[in-house]
Amino acid sequence: MNPIGSFPARDVVPNLSRRDFLEMAAATTFVFGFSVPLRASGAVTGGAIFAPNAFIRINRQGEVTLIMPQVEMGQGTYTSISMILAEELDADWGRVRVEHAPANEKLYANPDLSIQATGNSNSIRAFWKPLRLAGAATRACFVEAAARSWGISSAECRTEGGKVIHDRSGRTLDYGALVDRAAAVTPPKDPPLKDPGAFRLIGRPLKRLDTPDKVNGKATYGIDALPPGVKFATLAASPVLGGTVAHVDDGRARAIPGVRQIVVLDDLVAVVGDHMWAAKCGLEALDIRWNEGPNAGVSSELIWSRLRSASVRDGAVAKDVGNVDKAFGDRGESSNDVVTAAFEMPLLAHACMEPLNCTVHISATSAEVWIGTQVMERVHAAVAKAAGLPESQVTVHNHLIGGGFGRKLEPDMAYSAARIAKHVDGPVKVVWTREEDIRHDIYRPVYRDILWARLEGERIVSWKHRISGSAVMARFLPAFFQKGVDPDGVDSAQDIPYDIPNRRVEFNREEPPGIITGFWRGVGPNNNVFAIESFIEELARKAGKDSIAFRRAHLDKTPRLQAALDLVREKSGWDTPLPARCGRGVAAQISFASFIATVVECEVDEAGEVKLRRVTSAVDTGITVNPDTVMAQLQGGLVFGLTAGLYGEITLKEGRVQQSNFHDYRMLRIDQVPRIDVHLIKSGEGPGGIGETGATASIPALRNAIYAATGVALRRMPVDRSLLAVGAPTSRT
Amino acid sequence: MINLRINGNVTAVDVPEDMPLLWVLRDVLGLTGTKFGCGIAQCGACTVHLDGEAVRSCLLAVGSIKDRSITTIEAIGNTPNGAKVQRAWLDLEVVQCGYCQSGQVMSATALLNATAVPADADIDAAMAGNICRCGTYVRIRQAIKLAAASAGT
Repeated sequence: MNPIGSFPARDVVPNLSRRDFLEMAAATTFVFGFSVPLRASGAVTGGAIFAPNAFIRINRQGEVTLIMPQVEMGQGTYTSISMILAEELDADWGRVRVEHAPANEKLYANPDLSIQATGNSNSIRAFWKPLRLAGAATRACFVEAAARSWGISSAECRTEGGKVIHDRSGRTLDYGALVDRAAAVTPPKDPPLKDPGAFRLIGRPLKRLDTPDKVNGKATYGIDALPPGVKFATLAASPVLGGTVAHVDDGRARAIPGVRQIVVLDDLVAVVGDHMWAAKCGLEALDIRWNEGPNAGVSSELIWSRLRSASVRDGAVAKDVGNVDKAFGDRGESSNDVVTAAFEMPLLAHACMEPLNCTVHISATSAEVWIGTQVMERVHAAVAKAAGLPESQVTVHNHLIGGGFGRKLEPDMAYSAARIAKHVDGPVKVVWTREEDIRHDIYRPVYRDILWARLEGERIVSWKHRISGSAVMARFLPAFFQKGVDPDGVDSAQDIPYDIPNRRVEFNREEPPGIITGFWRGVGPNNNVFAIESFIEELARKAGKDSIAFRRAHLDKTPRLQAALDLVREKSGWDTPLPARCGRGVAAQISFASFIATVVECEVDEAGEVKLRRVTSAVDTGITVNPDTVMAQLQGGLVFGLTAGLYGEITLKEGRVQQSNFHDYRMLRIDQVPRIDVHLIKSGEGPGGIGETGATASIPALRNAIYAATGVALRRMPVDRSLLAVGAPTSRT
Repeated sequence: MINLRINGNVTAVDVPEDMPLLWVLRDVLGLTGTKFGCGIAQCGACTVHLDGEAVRSCLLAVGSIKDRSITTIEAIGNTPNGAKVQRAWLDLEVVQCGYCQSGQVMSATALLNATAVPADADIDAAMAGNICRCGTYVRIRQAIKLAAASAGT
């Protein structure tokens, strides 16, 4: 399930050398923009600070500062990470504050990803053990320090709320009072961890640490950085990927009050001004001609025709169980009773609410960067490269992120901003207009999935799934792309929950021309779960079985998903009647190690417009650190997926992306969003990922609801209303 | 110079008459709580109040404001309905990334200013102009109802 979990994990709780500690302390000096969430004022004050590992610092006042190895982009991870650390540390939750981690891959690499990145819904999975160990080891230092000062055995002590307690004598010592003595204790390498039954914080719906400042305007995102003397810039990048600037007439732009500078680079033009308005007016007043380059002829038609041609090829084998061809029949997949269907997913932009931006100040000897990013170290490296400086002279300040969804796993905005900043005296904030943001995204790939299956009665006996599309990992982390199989591209397809004796999964790498593709919330499973759950639905119908019963019958070895299906059946009112042209669709999945069953209920009017009536999800995500955050991520993720299913598609013409803003790249709005109920199943299993699962679940459930409502088996997203109108053809390939 | 009454204080700014209020707030006055999202009044992230009513500051020329009172997210908590909305937002943990939430809070407060106990249709009408990419809509709806039902601070 985790495409990259097999990579050797790094030790992220190293025993720090003194040099490491000094580096770390220096690197975490800056607390930019992220105000103290739980206390009225003040950073950690000076004096002795106990810093036993990369994540925890405690001062003599007992104030606990936790350094966040994963970034906060709305998913609640700052609170969950803090809860895990504070749990094992037995910290006083009311005295916990958090800081963004600096760029430091050695200290803050994600163990599952091998780089300092936040993605793949794995923050809790990847850091669960390392953070618990870090908290427990720190706690052990305090216990040992107290025991020594009391002249007793550490076994006689317990901890709670930031204190070491000796019950027999009634003595207590605050962690703050023990800071100097604890620093002299060598942290144990393998401290005992709490039994989950003893958790005081984990499992409780604690209030998030980052939200109070997000309702009063105080929260600081990258776009809010205002270093003294900052100028403001906006840019036009070549509208065709790979194009270059041919000619710029800047006469009119220079005459606009507030315009200070025009920066012309190979592939972009930026206007620098006293404020964004001057920069924007200046940019609009420029007459720019482009050498469009080799991608000028790229269109959506070309992208799709290439992908469809490529999808006919055999792919690299990702999984081969049993004997698929034999089980299909004497003519393999061409045998008479083999069912086949092809499913297609469009290009998608991320459209984070915070448009791309990066503020950079480059001097002869140093560079300073203000940004909200999912990849601190890559931003660090990109700016160093653009500035021509060693990384040691580049400082990156991370911020709260106004939506990541995978877009901020790329450092391209920092690279562009730094190249502009190189020509500007003093700091410059580069802000992309929404139009530039949409048109210069790194897009969710187009995919075409072909599936074949043969039923014997009500059972699937043979299954073949060929995925054709981008290998994002081959670009992002090439070491993971092995033997033609992209581990992200086959995630949730290589291993499926359904018990099918003969099964082959193939991956066919086909990169679309004229654009760059990247990760988008739900990543590989977003495509695969759509194709699989749509196809399963068609097989259920062919078998003449109820959709949930058909799935359930293939899940005897996966009771956690069976339980989720049973719960969603009950909670969604699955067995209650619906009016005409209304339908319920189900989707079941194991993605990011979470088990989820989802039912979407919708109505399709005579013109083919889809109205959402209700969404219900049942989820077993193992131990939940913060159940309210899990609920919120699912509620939001479901909306994110429904938005894509109903509206999302980026198209190209003459090498240019045709969409530009929210009028033509639409988002679901509050008046279209129905009741959404999420039901958590209590579980003692290890925690699963939750940030992307809703986005993955709702698209196939929507598609299957439309199928139930209209009988139209949609094979590509987004929903094509013309196929759903009364009187439209009822089938398509 | 243009005089603007912002959060109770009159401030003089030396900017073009056609400059949208959004950029005056953010880039000239450093009031960064009001967000840039689309620039074409499609997303609502830049919502502020003019005399208590929600407006999109990204298209509002500062020269057109005259002596009307501007309230931004930084000061909305000083109004009874603003405080109720903020409290409800935190009680129900509406916020995820939070980038759109300044605008959501401003629109919700304006709704309560106009309609003390809004029905679902009122919420749809008042809030459909505010996009939330994180999809917090279900909680926004609940929080508005909670704020409307609460006694205030």
